[in-house]
Amino acid sequence: MSAAVNNTQLADERNRVNEFHMSNKTQQLLALLADRILILDGAMGTMIQRHKLEEQDYRGERFADWPSDLKGNNDLLVLTQPDIIREIHGQYLEAGADILETNTFNATSISMADYNMESLVTEINIEAARLARQAADEYTAKNPDKPRFVAGVLGPTNRTASISPDVNDPVFRNISFEQLVEAYKEATHALIQGGSDLILIETIFDTLNAKAAAFAVDEVFDELGCQLPVMISGTITDASGRTLSGQTAEAFYYSLRHIKPISFGLNCALGPDLLRQYVKEISDVAECHISAHPNAGLPNEFGEYDMEGPEMAAHIKEWAESGLVNIVGGCCGSSPEHISSIATAVSSIAPRKLPTPEVRMRLSGLEPFIH
Amino acid sequence: MNQASSTFVNIGERTNVTGSARFKRLILEGDYETALDVARQQVESGAQVIDINMDEAMLDSEAAMTRFLNLIASEPDIARVPIMIDSSKWTVIEAGLKCVQGKAIVNSISLKEGEEPFLAQAKKIKRYGAATVVMAFDEVGQADTEARKFEICERSYRLLTEKIGFPPEDIIFDPNIFAVATGIEEHNNYALDFIEATRRIKQNLPHAHISGGLSNISFSFRGNNPVREAMHSVFLYHAIKAGMDMAIVNAGQLEVYDEIPDELRKAVEDVILNRHPDATEVLVNLAPKYNGDGKEAVKEDLSWREQPVNKRLEHALVKGITDYIVEDTEEARLNAERPLHVIEGPLMDGMNVVGDLFGEGKMFLPQVVKSARVMKKAVAHLEPFIEAEKEAGSTNGKILLATVKGDVHDIGKNIVGVVLQCNNYEIIDLGVMVPCATILQEAKKHNVDIIGLSGLITPSLDEMVFVAKEMERLGFDLPLLIGGATTSKAHTAVKIEQNYSHPVAYVSNASRAVGVCQKLLSATHKPDFVAQLQKEYDTVREQHARKKPRSKPVTLEQARSNPVAIDWDNYQPPVPLKLGVEAVEADIATLRHYIDWTPFFMTWSLAGKYPRIFDDEVVGEEAKKLFADANSLLDELQSSGQLQAKGVYGLFPANAVTDDVQIFTDESRSQLLATSCHLRQQTDKGQNPNYCLTDFVAPKESGKADYVGAFAVTAGIGEDELANAYKAAGDDYNAIMIQAVADRLAEAFAEYLHQQVRKVYWGYAPDEALDNDALIREKYQGIRPAPGYAACPEHTEKQVIWDLLEAEKHTGMKLTESYAMWPGASVSGWYFSHPDSRYFAVAQIQQDQLQDYAQRKAMSIEEAERWLAPNLS
Repeated sequence: MSAAVNNTQLADERNRVNEFHMSNKTQQLLALLADRILILDGAMGTMIQRHKLEEQDYRGERFADWPSDLKGNNDLLVLTQPDIIREIHGQYLEAGADILETNTFNATSISMADYNMESLVTEINIEAARLARQAADEYTAKNPDKPRFVAGVLGPTNRTASISPDVNDPVFRNISFEQLVEAYKEATHALIQGGSDLILIETIFDTLNAKAAAFAVDEVFDELGCQLPVMISGTITDASGRTLSGQTAEAFYYSLRHIKPISFGLNCALGPDLLRQYVKEISDVAECHISAHPNAGLPNEFGEYDMEGPEMAAHIKEWAESGLVNIVGGCCGSSPEHISSIATAVSSIAPRKLPTPEVRMRLSGLEPFIH
Repeated sequence: MNQASSTFVNIGERTNVTGSARFKRLILEGDYETALDVARQQVESGAQVIDINMDEAMLDSEAAMTRFLNLIASEPDIARVPIMIDSSKWTVIEAGLKCVQGKAIVNSISLKEGEEPFLAQAKKIKRYGAATVVMAFDEVGQADTEARKFEICERSYRLLTEKIGFPPEDIIFDPNIFAVATGIEEHNNYALDFIEATRRIKQNLPHAHISGGLSNISFSFRGNNPVREAMHSVFLYHAIKAGMDMAIVNAGQLEVYDEIPDELRKAVEDVILNRHPDATEVLVNLAPKYNGDGKEAVKEDLSWREQPVNKRLEHALVKGITDYIVEDTEEARLNAERPLHVIEGPLMDGMNVVGDLFGEGKMFLPQVVKSARVMKKAVAHLEPFIEAEKEAGSTNGKILLATVKGDVHDIGKNIVGVVLQCNNYEIIDLGVMVPCATILQEAKKHNVDIIGLSGLITPSLDEMVFVAKEMERLGFDLPLLIGGATTSKAHTAVKIEQNYSHPVAYVSNASRAVGVCQKLLSATHKPDFVAQLQKEYDTVREQHARKKPRSKPVTLEQARSNPVAIDWDNYQPPVPLKLGVEAVEADIATLRHYIDWTPFFMTWSLAGKYPRIFDDEVVGEEAKKLFADANSLLDELQSSGQLQAKGVYGLFPANAVTDDVQIFTDESRSQLLATSCHLRQQTDKGQNPNYCLTDFVAPKESGKADYVGAFAVTAGIGEDELANAYKAAGDDYNAIMIQAVADRLAEAFAEYLHQQVRKVYWGYAPDEALDNDALIREKYQGIRPAPGYAACPEHTEKQVIWDLLEAEKHTGMKLTESYAMWPGASVSGWYFSHPDSRYFAVAQIQQDQLQDYAQRKAMSIEEAERWLAPNLS
């Protein structure tokens, strides 16, 4: 167990998880998933960008003298600009999101090392989960018929466990499985402690990193003696139809299916037009729910995303009509307007029915192998 | 997209250090690049999963597993298939699981250490997201009967699925495949036990899979691949019907069930299904009939295991069986008062039997070498105990053997060494290319009793003379043995013996060596023997002095005026399709079809022409076994790639100018690239011409554009390493076999390349269609004489070939100071295309040609004399 977690915290987390079970939130979530397509929120980064924050905004009072530059450390804003984050969460809830993602994409000791902020990881994750929790609870209270959920986000980190950063030395790795497990456990404990209802392992471009995350989450659940639903979302990096580490969508699914995720899907990198076929590939084989949160198209030459909400919603509506998805939302370039359009577009469409695939041994290398 | 799915899964077995000698060597040497090729080949040849095992005592297995898997991760053509992480050590398995992004299979876990570690490991495997093989092994032991197999698998299944929720479809049971037809009655039902257990597992434990290591089943028929393959096929046929759905297997080796001859299939089926008590005996009797490719079934009749230990040791020595030698030797040691007594007692008794049988012609060299392998293993086992007693073993004598400076050939020397060792001589083998000073130093250092010199190429003769002179100068009194392909009693008598005042004995073959050594080292027999030798040599010398050339010598001028008469005006030399130098490679699969086997049997002192030798009443059986062993070795080399063949050839514009061939840089023939100097027959030939190789090339004054070719090929890349590895393991039989086979492959390569040159590269015989026998009988147009041999006997001409072809750069082949080629298994030579070109022997030349040649080669007369010594009287 991470040294940052003491016994009191562990008891806290256990209470949180038990509370989730007692309030039967998993059951509630499953019932909702059976009933309709759920809406995930949209981009956090895009929304933060709109505030045109400068170095001092990121630093706030507390980190005014921090030795390294902090501009761009979006996750730190949960400590220095909590109102902005809370406001963005509110906008997405207002737009119709059922599930909020915590602002913790980079909040692991591995990614935070860029800012020398490894020591703040637990605090950032707790605070991020707490902010989302508050916003979600506020909206649930306003309309108890539409309960809102918080997904604690575990991002991919900025390192890859199965790819060498040195082209001349393919054996070399700058991160190990153990280091990833350690970092993910630390973040997971804090996300649960801060009040997450689910854990979302997302933007996976190296499956081995995600396996470490899943391993960590499973260990944390073991330590707590109970568990939260886990969502998994990977990234197909380009038109090759493969993850950065080379797996096809189906092989990727078989690599992580052992965690028994509540949902499995894809996000980022591509707009809905290009992502569809890979969402379908997973939808065809997965016994769990399917999620998708594509980008608002591909970025233009200024790095901006041009696809407007209605256009994105039209794509996703078609997916829904084709019975491909259970949870939809947006990634880079999306905004509350996009989410609102999407929520409206799919509101009357039945969710994808869960298939019951034949019981087979489903192995994978870069490609799937079923026996 | 591609989605692999299958009803029966072939798991690639070659990336396993415990199963593949080649893979092990690559990993131990850190050659991961080539090791990756092994993995790649498996995937390319259809393995659906690859098994990776790094369980080797000399390895940091965890690091090796991590390294190899990390490398695989960056090879998409390998990484596309799932990995089977195979280790008996949990830490290695876990290290592997931390490297694979895909869903892998663990091989394996079991209840061997009890429930707690079993479940803890299974839980971890589940957390890492892998499937697992579960061995039918529990706290009591490995399951052998159907009941035990099922009981353990069922218990494992219940524990996994009920206690920790392990997905049943991710469980692969290995209910243990054991050898049948061993001659031991309790083993007869092993296959049926596996099949029936499989059936019960499939019926009662839903979704679980069944796998196993197939080759165990046929272990008793090692050496008879057709029967083994039939057993594998029949076993799989029934096991798959019962529900076996995966196997670690070499898919290419599986015989198709329906293609097995009925009689054999029935016999095998009776054994596999244990249909009647005599099933094993029937199959054993039938097996030799199906020993295709002349392969002999080595059926293991284990009844000899019932005999007392001394008899067992004798049996092992005579039959060359190493399987039980360590345990038998150990038993003998425990029975003996002192470990040395085991050597002096039962082991030497056994070797005496071998020696007697060999002497009576009832055993043959290959068998004796195998016996030596057994002996070495036994002695190796005893050595630490003898060492502990601080007492050296007593031997019949110490003999130093060396191939002399400049020469790399050592098969014959190795065989002599082994035969002498079998007769309890201690051998100090200095290897090849040993300078005289080293030989003499080592002889003193080890206080040897005899020095033996070996050599194959003619310059080695001079080196032997030099060693003899040095021994005389330095006051040695040790007997000197002379052996090797170019040595002779005449040369020994005329050139060596007179330079050394102590005994010099020419040893014509390995079996003679023992007698010569015994006599030389026996106080009673030595004087008579030496006196007799002396007399023999005197006689040889007298004969030699009296000997007149059968035909009269002629002057060089006369000889040159009687060349091969070729009508160049009415002949158009064929133009090569492409001029210049090109490197070539050939795989063993191709080359083995070009092997001329007759010399192979000669290497092993088995006389007879292939394939008639197999019918020979005396040596036929042994020849068959040897042939089978050579072919299994070829099979192994073919799949392992440990022995490689490389070559280079070149085709050049050329014209003859008297006895030189001028080779030009290009078709303009204005710039000289090289000159190859040849020798002309210089005796009175009567009606026949005085041949010289240049006669087959259009002379400059003919105005015709002609061409010559040159080539250098080796099949010995890796030969030394392999032979040394076998030697280090005490396995001289295979060490010699490797060399003998590599030599044949090099000759085969020369034959193959020559054919390619005729048909394609030079292209003057595009429609040639000759079988291997016709090739061996040289039924084709054109010749490929090799410098150092009869038609062009002078060795330094190889340097011309080397320079022309940049042979070392292209192939790694080197020339020693005596112009021996390294690796030993190498061939080089010239190509001549003219239809009249033929092989001949230059034989005796005269002083005028010597002087002429020295001038052409820019050598001193002394130097030319040295290189031409065999051709000068």
